[in-house]
Amino acid sequence: MCAGHVETVEVTGSAKGVDGWFPLERVHAVYDHSFHAQTEESLIIDFVNPDRGPGARVSVELSATSANRLIQAIQDALEDGERRHGPLQVETTA
Amino acid sequence: MVTHETMIAETVLFPGHQGDQISGYLARPMGPGPYPGVIVIHAAPGFVDHFKEVARKFAAAGYVAIAPNLHHREGPGDPDDVGSAVRAAGGVPDDRFLGDTRGALDLLRSLPYSSGKVGIIGYCSGGRQSYLAACSLPLDAAADCYGGGVVAGPEELSSTEPQAPIELTQDLACPLLGLFGADDGRPSPEDNRETERVLESHGKTFEFHTYDGAGHAFFADYRPSYRQKSAVDGWQRVFGWFGKYLS
Repeated sequence: MCAGHVETVEVTGSAKGVDGWFPLERVHAVYDHSFHAQTEESLIIDFVNPDRGPGARVSVELSATSANRLIQAIQDALEDGERRHGPLQVETTA
Repeated sequence: MVTHETMIAETVLFPGHQGDQISGYLARPMGPGPYPGVIVIHAAPGFVDHFKEVARKFAAAGYVAIAPNLHHREGPGDPDDVGSAVRAAGGVPDDRFLGDTRGALDLLRSLPYSSGKVGIIGYCSGGRQSYLAACSLPLDAAADCYGGGVVAGPEELSSTEPQAPIELTQDLACPLLGLFGADDGRPSPEDNRETERVLESHGKTFEFHTYDGAGHAFFADYRPSYRQKSAVDGWQRVFGWFGKYLS
């Protein structure tokens, strides 16, 4: 395989990288070669802030099963949390 | 093959596309030469150390090798972080790649210990780029290692890769070696047969080899895709090819 598929969404939030916390701007969901995982391809999620340079990045490489589990876990946590505690605060621009 | 046990290997700066100063890793044997040159094109995930090792391997074999950092403009930073940023932006534009590679070619030919003969080798996306360069620049030999997208339909083209390199085959001006894995999906064995058909139709000099039991990136000894038997045989074919056409 010699091609990646990239889906990008604008997000509001924070991520913690090697230099500490930074405000997030985008998340890339990518199907491409693994850089570290022991599989030829992975579902890669890059949490980034391009304004802060390429090092402002938190990256994970997941198998297909793991990616689907993560999707479900995010949905479950969000739905259960909002049911118990009400909707998450509406996002504001930093 | 004579092994050159002493060499100089260092990062250099040179003018690339539109005169932009970019970096590359230059490795050469210690000696007066003349030595043929090789341009090493790194894969899309980034300008990782593996490609510097490849440049040193060529230097040990008697070549002046340069591996241009095609992601120089998006750095500095860890190669995988920079590669991620390039990927998100759609990859290295073909015209920028050709300008940078033209700069590397001019640099190699200007060196006092150069023989003037220069080949190119690329891996993964760099394989496609090698094919593109071999159809666009005055090179003397080329090797495409599992470059996906040489054959590409309209839906696979983009603003950064606006044309399928196979459409430029009539302009291929040097012998081409192709090394592929039978289990690769891009390029697939069908893609490679189509490329062979077009190369034959234009009367080009080429050799393609497809390894059973190997997929994409079988040369990449830092990844699980590495296939020792295929890589060892592939290196022999690469040195045989460049030895024949760059001497």
